[in-house]
Amino acid sequence: MTARTLAAWIGKRALGAVLTVLAASILIYGALRLVPGDPVLALTAGRRLTPEQIEAVRHRYGLDQGFLQGYLGWIGDALRLDLGTSFNYQTGVTSLITGRLGVSGLLVAYSAVLAIGFGTAVALVSAVKGGLVDRLASVAASVTTATPTFVAAIGLLALFSAGLGWFPATGAGDGFADRLWHLTLPAVAMSIAAFGVLARVGNAAFAEELGREHVEVARSRGAGGAAVIRRHVVRNALGPLLTVAGLLVASLFVGSAVVETAFGLDGVGSLLVSSVSRQDFPVVQGIALIAVLLFVTVNTLVDLALPFIDPRVTVGGLGR
Amino acid sequence: MLAKTTEAATHRDALGITGLSLAIGTGADTVPLLAGVTVRVGRGETVGLVGESGSGKSLTARSALGMLPRGARTTGTVTAGGVDVLGAGRRELRDLRRTRVSMIFQDPRASINPVRRVGDYLTEGLRARGVSAHAAGEKALDLLGQVGIRDPLGALRRFPHEFSGGMLQRVMIAGALSTEPELLLADEPTTALDVTTQAEVVGLLKDMQRAHGTGMLFVTHDLDLAAAICDRVYVMYAGRIVEEAAGSALFGAPAHPYTRALLEASPSVHGDRAVIKAIRGRPLALAESPPGCSFRDRCPLADDACAGAVPAHRRHGASTAACLRPEQVTP
Amino acid sequence: MTLTIPALRARSARRRRRRPLGLVLAAAFLLAVTLTGLLAPVLAPRSPDATSLLDSLAPPGTAGHLLGTDSTGRDVLSRLMYGARLSLIAPLGVVLLSGTAGTVLGLLAARAGGWVDAVLSRGMDIVFSFPSLLLAMLVVAVSGPGLLAPICALAVGYTPFVGRVVRSAAMQEGARPYMESYRVMGFGEPWVAVRHLLPNILPMLVAQSALAFGYALTDLAALSYLGLGVRPPAADWGSMISQAQSAILQGAPWSGLIPGLAVLLTVVSVNVLGEHLGGSIGRKREGA
Repeated sequence: MTARTLAAWIGKRALGAVLTVLAASILIYGALRLVPGDPVLALTAGRRLTPEQIEAVRHRYGLDQGFLQGYLGWIGDALRLDLGTSFNYQTGVTSLITGRLGVSGLLVAYSAVLAIGFGTAVALVSAVKGGLVDRLASVAASVTTATPTFVAAIGLLALFSAGLGWFPATGAGDGFADRLWHLTLPAVAMSIAAFGVLARVGNAAFAEELGREHVEVARSRGAGGAAVIRRHVVRNALGPLLTVAGLLVASLFVGSAVVETAFGLDGVGSLLVSSVSRQDFPVVQGIALIAVLLFVTVNTLVDLALPFIDPRVTVGGLGR
Repeated sequence: MLAKTTEAATHRDALGITGLSLAIGTGADTVPLLAGVTVRVGRGETVGLVGESGSGKSLTARSALGMLPRGARTTGTVTAGGVDVLGAGRRELRDLRRTRVSMIFQDPRASINPVRRVGDYLTEGLRARGVSAHAAGEKALDLLGQVGIRDPLGALRRFPHEFSGGMLQRVMIAGALSTEPELLLADEPTTALDVTTQAEVVGLLKDMQRAHGTGMLFVTHDLDLAAAICDRVYVMYAGRIVEEAAGSALFGAPAHPYTRALLEASPSVHGDRAVIKAIRGRPLALAESPPGCSFRDRCPLADDACAGAVPAHRRHGASTAACLRPEQVTP
Repeated sequence: MTLTIPALRARSARRRRRRPLGLVLAAAFLLAVTLTGLLAPVLAPRSPDATSLLDSLAPPGTAGHLLGTDSTGRDVLSRLMYGARLSLIAPLGVVLLSGTAGTVLGLLAARAGGWVDAVLSRGMDIVFSFPSLLLAMLVVAVSGPGLLAPICALAVGYTPFVGRVVRSAAMQEGARPYMESYRVMGFGEPWVAVRHLLPNILPMLVAQSALAFGYALTDLAALSYLGLGVRPPAADWGSMISQAQSAILQGAPWSGLIPGLAVLLTVVSVNVLGEHLGGSIGRKREGA
C-alpha cells in the first residue's frame, strides 16, 4: 500500500462521510417542510408572535425563499457554527448545546467504557470457558440486549436509588468524583443494551477465532494459554469488535436523551427531549445535525482503522 | 531447558508409541479411534505413516504432542523426546512442545495467524522460551535463508497473505526447526500445495532434517511418496497399524493386502501386479469395523478365519504385517 | 483443540435439533400478550382510567388489585392489558409499512441494478446512518406529540433495515440458475420477482421484521416515556412508566416496573422468535 493510494482512499472515505452528513442535513432541514400547512405554525407552535416576528422567522428559515436557497442559508450558517436561536431560551443554539456537552460527553464516555469493558470481558470468558458459563452469559446477553434504556433506568432507580439509597436519583453533582458518582447509574442504564450486543458479538467473534487452526498450531508449538488468547484470539477478533463498538458508541448519544431525562441531568439529551416537546425546532435541528455528524464520524474512523488492524483488509478492497 | 537433553538422552528414540488405544465419549456413545498402535521413530530417522483419511494417522501423530481430542481416554504409552506424553502435566507438555517436538501442518495458510507478521510466527517459540528478541530474530533470519526464502529480512516484516502456499510452507518448516527439535511431525505437509511445489518442499524437508539430525514422522496418504523418502513406513487402516516395512522394500514386497491394494490403486505402474485391481468398498473408521481383521470386507484374500480375531503382527520378508496369509500377498 | 471426528459431529447435530425451551416460552408469552390485548375489555377487572385516590399506590397482591395501583389509584393490571393494545399495534404498523417499503425497494434495487440500485442503496445507507429514535423525535418536534407521526418516521427509519437484507438476498437468489431459466422462458421481471423470488426470501423477511418489531416497540415506548408519544388519556406501557417516575422515587416502584417488565419480556420474546427464524433459515441454506 503506497502512501498515495492510502491518501486517495482516505480522501474517498472522508468524501463519502461528508456526503452522507450533507444528505442527512437535507433530511433534517426538510422535516420542517414535510408538515402539511404553513411551516411557520409548526415552528412557532402556537406561540403568539407579532407579524414582524413571524416575518423574521420566515426569513430566518428561508421560508420566504425556495427550498434550495433556504437550505443553503441554513447549512451555511451551521458551517459557521451558527445553529440559529432557540424560541424557548431566546439564546443561540450553539451556546445552549456547548454549555451542556460536558455532562453528556462524560456520560457517553463513561457508559462506553462500561459497555466495552464488561462486554468484551464477558464475551472472552464465556467463549474460552464454554459450557455452563457460556450458556449463562448467552442468556444474560439476550436479556440485556433487549432491555430498553428507560426500563433499565427505572429499574436501577427503583433498586439502587429509591430502594438501597446507594446512588443519587437526580442531578449531575459537583467536582469530578461526585460527578462520577452521580453519573454511575445513568451510565450503567445507558450501557446495558450495548453491553449485551458486545457480549454476543464478541462471544461469536472470539469463539470463531478460538476454533481456527492457527490457534491449535500455536498451542502445538507450546505457546502458553494466556499468550495464545491474547496474541491469536483477541488480536484477531479486534476488527469485528471495533466495528460493532463504533456503531454502539455512536448510538449511545441518542440513548442519552432517555437517560438524562430519567435521571434529571442537564445535558444535550435532555435538552433535545424538552425542545422536542416544546417544538423548539432550531434546537432540535442543531442537536440532530450534531448527532448525525458524530455518528458518521465515529463509523468512518472505525472504517479507516480496519486495514491497520487486519492486514488482509486491503485498502483497495475497501476503497471501492 | 535445552541443557536437559543430556548425553543419556541421545541414545533413546525420538518417538516411541507403544500399544496406544484411544476412545472418546462414554457409555453407549463410546467411539474407539485407535487400537494398539505402536510406532517408533529413531533419532535422525525418517518414518512414514500412511493411510487414508479417517485411518487415525493424524491422530497418532498428534498424540506425540499430547494433542488429543476433548475427553479422550487412552491406554498404552507415548514417549516423545524422553517425556511420557500421556502422563505429562500442562507445564511439561508446554516445555516439550517448545523444545523437543515440532509439527508441520497440512495447510500453511490456515496454520499461521494471518494478522501477525511472518517474523512474529518464526520467533514466537523462541521468545516463549525466554530467548531475547534480537537473538530470536537472528535465528529466524538464518532459518529463512536455509529454507530458501529470498530476501529473508524483508520476509520477516511481511504478512502471510503476501506469500504463496509453497513459500508459506517453507516458513512453517523454518518455524518448526527454530527450536532445534529432536522430532519433527509432518502432517501431510504437501497435500495443500501445487504439484510443482510439492517436490520442492519434500526435498527441502529431507535436507533440513538431515542437516539438523532431526527424527521425522511423515504422515501422508501417498504411499509412493512415503516409500521414496522414508527409512521405514507404517501403514494404518481403521485405527490400527497393519504393516511395518522398510521403505525400500515396500514396492517390491508388500506384506499386507491393504498395502498392496494401495500400491495398485495408485496410477503409476511399478511392475507386474495383476491379482488385485481396485479396492472394493470405502475405507472404514475403527468404530464401524467388523470384528476380526478390519480390512476383511474389502480383501480379496479374506475367508472365515479372518473374522475370528484381529490378526497379530507377523514377520514376512523385510516387513511385519497384521495378516494371516502374507505369503499370498507377496510370495 | 479441535479434531473433526464424524461421530462427534453427528452427536452435536442431534442435540441441536431439539426444540429449545426458550423458543416455546417466547411464543407462549407473545400469544398471551396478544390475547390479553385483544380481549382487554373482557378480561380487565376494572376500567383502566377509573381513579381512586384512596387506593393510590397499593402494592401488588392487594385485594381487588392483583398488580397494585398507580399514584392516582388506577388498577395496574387493567392498564397493562389495555396498554398492550397500543404498545403492540403501533410497532406492528411500523413493521408493516417498513416491511412493504423495504421489500419493494430492496427487490427493485436488486432486479433493476445499475443507477437505480446505486441511488436506492446509497439512500438506504444514508437513512440507516440516522438513528431511528432521533428521526422520530425530529418529526415529533414538527408535528407535536402523538403516535401517528413517529410511526411514519420509524417506518422510514426501518425501511433500510429490511430493504438492505432483501436486496442482498434477492441478488443471491437471483443469481441462481433457475431464475435465469424463468427469464429465458419469457416470464416478465415483476412476475418472476413476486412469484419466485419473494417466496424464497420470505422466511428471512419475517425474521428481519420480527427484529424490527422489537426495535420499534422499544423506540415507541421510549417516546411515550419521554412524553413525546401517546397523548393522555390514551396509554401504552411507555406512558405508564413515565407516570410512575415519581412513585418510583417514593419507594413504590411496581406501577413502573411492571409495564417495564412487560416491554422487556415482549422484546426478548420477539428477538428469540426472530433469531430462531433467521437461524433455521441459515441452517437450511447450509444443508442445501
